[in-house]
Amino acid sequence: MSAIEAGQTPEYKHTAVPSLPWGRWGLRTAALTYLTLMLIIPLAVIFQDGLREGLSGLWEQVTAPIAWSALMLSLWTSAVMTVINTVMGALTAYVLVRYEFPGKSLLNSIIDVPLAIPTLVTGVMLVVLFGPQQALGAWLKEEFDFSIIFAPPGIILALLFITFPFVVRAVQPVLIDMDQTQEEAATTLGARGWSIFRRITLPPLVLPLASGALLSFARAIGEFGAIVIVAGNIPLYSQTAAVYVLGEVESENRLGASAVSIVMVAIAFSLILLVGWLQRRRRKDNQ
Amino acid sequence: MNSSTARAVSKPISRGSVWIKRGLIAVVVIYVGGLILAPIAALVAGAFEQGLGASLKALNQPDVLSAFWRTIQICLIVVAVHTVFGTIVAWIMVRDRFPGRELINGLIDMPFAISPVVVGYMLLLLFGRNGLLAPILTAMDIRVAFAFPGMVLATLFVTLPFMVRELIPMLEAFGIQQEQAAATMGASSWQIFWRVTLPALRWGLIYGVTLTFARALGEFGAVLVIGGGVQGRTETATLYIYRALDERQYVGAYSAAIVLGLLSLVLVIGTDLIRRREASRS
Repeated sequence: MSAIEAGQTPEYKHTAVPSLPWGRWGLRTAALTYLTLMLIIPLAVIFQDGLREGLSGLWEQVTAPIAWSALMLSLWTSAVMTVINTVMGALTAYVLVRYEFPGKSLLNSIIDVPLAIPTLVTGVMLVVLFGPQQALGAWLKEEFDFSIIFAPPGIILALLFITFPFVVRAVQPVLIDMDQTQEEAATTLGARGWSIFRRITLPPLVLPLASGALLSFARAIGEFGAIVIVAGNIPLYSQTAAVYVLGEVESENRLGASAVSIVMVAIAFSLILLVGWLQRRRRKDNQ
Repeated sequence: MNSSTARAVSKPISRGSVWIKRGLIAVVVIYVGGLILAPIAALVAGAFEQGLGASLKALNQPDVLSAFWRTIQICLIVVAVHTVFGTIVAWIMVRDRFPGRELINGLIDMPFAISPVVVGYMLLLLFGRNGLLAPILTAMDIRVAFAFPGMVLATLFVTLPFMVRELIPMLEAFGIQQEQAAATMGASSWQIFWRVTLPALRWGLIYGVTLTFARALGEFGAVLVIGGGVQGRTETATLYIYRALDERQYVGAYSAAIVLGLLSLVLVIGTDLIRRREASRS
């Protein structure tokens, strides 16, 4: 799982650390060359390409109606998913840590299943279950005139599936380490369940919840495999930013593809930095 | 994932909370069942609608088998590269101090959040027909875009964080005392690396390999953009599923999806179970 866990490291005295063969400089060079070739050059190229006509050219491409609506769709479906995922993820973690019930360890294993399933396969699954030609999908359409597949609700559902582990796994270890004596003391003093939760259980969970939520949001903005299957990709209605970029690449509108890509990369990068900052702050709080 | 921390013992706080407890458990079980298990069950049912024979027949086609074989080849190369360089990067991040370290720490997680379509497109801008490196590539007669090397590069990008992020906490927890002890007793740096550091990182490496492999198995958007998904030439397992859906060959698409899902599921969950058992034994 790629939870972002680096950061705080004890400061070792360099002279005392037995170095790997080839020496420190060899390793530094190898690592930095690898990261430059794999990450920095491809990222730089997209900025170089998208800013060919300056910031105003980029802005023009991004605010073109179809591109803009695709970006907005990605943002609002991800936001709705994040709200649901944060509430349900926190609840799932709470139930898994605090309660004993049959099937608990099975449930705990199922949490990680979305990490293992290719997102394209997730999309296929949702179409098989909710597709307009399937029993459940047809019934929902008939009775409530409600479409999940080939519509925005399918996008939200796919995102919920894919990002489910992020919030649960961010909150779970904090709940496990939490001292329950405070809650017990509050009960003894006559506090009610809800007020105990709000005043004692919730505060230490705010930072891990925030980083789990932001992580799932960051992951969702760029999701492609599941969405391309589920959404129907109708411009101005169910076409997300990633699917829009694919279309522009295929129709060789490089400027449009690069502009929307830059916006997506910028969003992703700021969110990743924000999550890193939150996690460092949490470590400081703990010390 | 924190297997070392002790489980908090649950104590029912009051009698009235028994119903709250039951209600919350029910909500979570229904949510997980509906969101995760129901779609899986639907896919399994859909694939075997026409019997196991039809599924096997749909998969036992030369182009399907070659697509799966291409996926496995990409996975193996990607895992090998990331095992070597992931270890080096993790080591640098934990043991070394250099300017720009925080920035690199953030960059490592970028592939996690960048859209796979954008990844494929970046590589196209570099290696494509009108790409930046096109003059050099044509002069040397190397094809990267719409060919195997491009698909390997795309998968390398997408899977970059997994190995590093598994190894960094392991290296941090391991510390340096044992290495120092070995050095004091006169071990060479190679000996220390092979006999002390590497065995200590064993589970991080194994888990990193399985996560990388599983993520590479399922990569779709990036290899679609850089590879083009040409049947029999640049088609991977996921690209086959996409084409089969498009051509309404549902049995083939669903069966391939099950095989792919099952493969990565067994890898990831299996390793996690073994690791947990190992952790509880020690």
